[in-house]
Amino acid sequence: MSYQVDEKGYYGEFGGAYIPEMLYPNVEELRSRYLDIMKEESFQKEFKDLLKDYVGRPTPLYYAKRFSEKYGTKVYLKREDLCHTGAHKVNNTIGQILMAQKLGKNRIIAETGAGQHGVATATVCALMGMECIVYMGEIDIDRQAPNVARMKMLGAKVVPAKSGSRTLKDATNEAIRDWINNPVDTHYIIGSVVGPHPYPDMVARFQAVISEEIKVQLKEKENREDPDYVVACVGGGSNAAGAYYHYLDNPNVGIIAVEAAGKGVDSGESAATSALGKAGIIHGSKTLLMQTGDGQITEPYSISAGLDYPGVGPMHANLFTSERGEFISITDEAAMKAGLELAKLEGIIPAIETSHALAIFEDRKFKKDDIVVVNLSGRGDKDLNTYIEYFNL
Amino acid sequence: MNRIKEKLKADHKLLSIYFTAGFPNIDDTEKIITDLEKSGVDFIEIGLPFSDPLADGPTIQESSTKALKNGMTTTKLFEQLDGIREKVQIPLIIMGYFNPILQYGVEEFCKKCQETGIDGLIIPDLPVDVYNEKYRELFEKYDLINVFLITPQTPDERIKFIDSVSDGFIYMVSSASVTGSTSGFGEETRKYFKRIDNLELKNPQVVGFGIKDKETFDQATEFAKGAIIGSAFIKYVDKNGIADISSFVQNVKALT
Repeated sequence: MSYQVDEKGYYGEFGGAYIPEMLYPNVEELRSRYLDIMKEESFQKEFKDLLKDYVGRPTPLYYAKRFSEKYGTKVYLKREDLCHTGAHKVNNTIGQILMAQKLGKNRIIAETGAGQHGVATATVCALMGMECIVYMGEIDIDRQAPNVARMKMLGAKVVPAKSGSRTLKDATNEAIRDWINNPVDTHYIIGSVVGPHPYPDMVARFQAVISEEIKVQLKEKENREDPDYVVACVGGGSNAAGAYYHYLDNPNVGIIAVEAAGKGVDSGESAATSALGKAGIIHGSKTLLMQTGDGQITEPYSISAGLDYPGVGPMHANLFTSERGEFISITDEAAMKAGLELAKLEGIIPAIETSHALAIFEDRKFKKDDIVVVNLSGRGDKDLNTYIEYFNL
Repeated sequence: MNRIKEKLKADHKLLSIYFTAGFPNIDDTEKIITDLEKSGVDFIEIGLPFSDPLADGPTIQESSTKALKNGMTTTKLFEQLDGIREKVQIPLIIMGYFNPILQYGVEEFCKKCQETGIDGLIIPDLPVDVYNEKYRELFEKYDLINVFLITPQTPDERIKFIDSVSDGFIYMVSSASVTGSTSGFGEETRKYFKRIDNLELKNPQVVGFGIKDKETFDQATEFAKGAIIGSAFIKYVDKNGIADISSFVQNVKALT
């Protein structure tokens, strides 16, 4: 049994394309062409060249010596925080902007929560000289002002999503509506492994460069391609999908997914989808999502805007229900503490999303010679205000 | 015979009205339905509100948010519809997104629809392929007509497939848009209406999205069997309440 997507677009029972007919031509065009386009030599060359020269890949695989000593195991950090724009998100936007060009689209739309994916999209649109519209919840616009400014500097138009809860899920709704209204010239760059098939698979393939590099780098350092564990935080789950990708069907590698417990899984203010969610449909995909008994999608909470999503990608829903993945949830408090600790031990200030993945070592013990790779998905510059307020810095 | 199929045999153009259940007030459902029938509407779409209605514009989304705040749920709606068949004969269609139906249990939902006297369903995010494979038998078992959407971008081949799976009418979305966003129909739209008419489908077509008054109703039904008004009606009851629904309907039907 494989944990990759099947030919119908499902991961086990999850995935598919539950979309209104208005979206069918766009999604079908992408579905029928994405694999062929990605296989083209010219596409691969352009994609790899840009990842190398523009994004700064390969990102280092760094042995975190002091952190490892403290927790009595061998921890490697995959430094996605060193990517251009400060997180792994740009791997996907580079891939998708090239895809959009191959499809003959000239207008790009995207949704964003904290603004990281919006910035990564605005960046590649500037790079390619394409029109860029980013939908962002009105509330997020207020709390992420620096990223809004960055998107504007990059030439993007930021449109506030004023419906519903005015956060990420509503920004996604608005982006989908834009696509319905502009079915011919527009490509929608989804920022995570969510949405209708083929998005979860396409985004995972673009992010798969992360595990591809880990294999090569670990071979150099440890003379083995496979770590004992790969750890990543999961909101929608794109950095995790990329870090797991080449290990999904390798039973020697343990997969650990870290979700945001917010103020506690049972506090009513949480984003721990695997613990709190039930199977259902969100944004065109069948997956686990947080909802009322009546099937209304509920509003999640996490201190980290990037994990503040009521669903999870269908790949991860399948990893959870099949028990291929070990799912751990981490509170705001534990994550903040772990972020500060990494700064002091290794001189790296991580994004708060990433801090959740680092926080598991407190309770989840590993063997002394286990090799644990943590995907350091983003840097903490964008979170300085939160860190300042939280620790009274 | 299913009431929708019966009605489609009528020799006049059909007017359907959509309303969001639980809006403007939680207990308006029965009065809206009975008044719409009295006013001469041909069939009614009852909107089951959803937190994230992707295919709808701001008007219907806001009415849904309000309806949910008012306490509308799937269970509540079925309670309100209990006994409705003693009061009205008009065909009733529930329009809702798939997740609430999935959580209620698809078979349980279909069964309940049949018991209450619902004739059909419109579920925009349940694609025809999935329906055909997984749910068609169930819907047919409970004598429910499932209505599919087509748009100006739907390829002819797919329209023919949708026609083959449909057994009632086809919901023809007037333009590439969410609900409530167009203003009048241009030449391009008219060409599309005509193109679909020329396909000679076995199911009649009913046009939705962008119909708001007599003029747009007449344009939409030049080739099609009927038309659906949604957002314009929601705006009307939002502004005027539900005391005088018939004057809204008369404005559309005047001189037809």
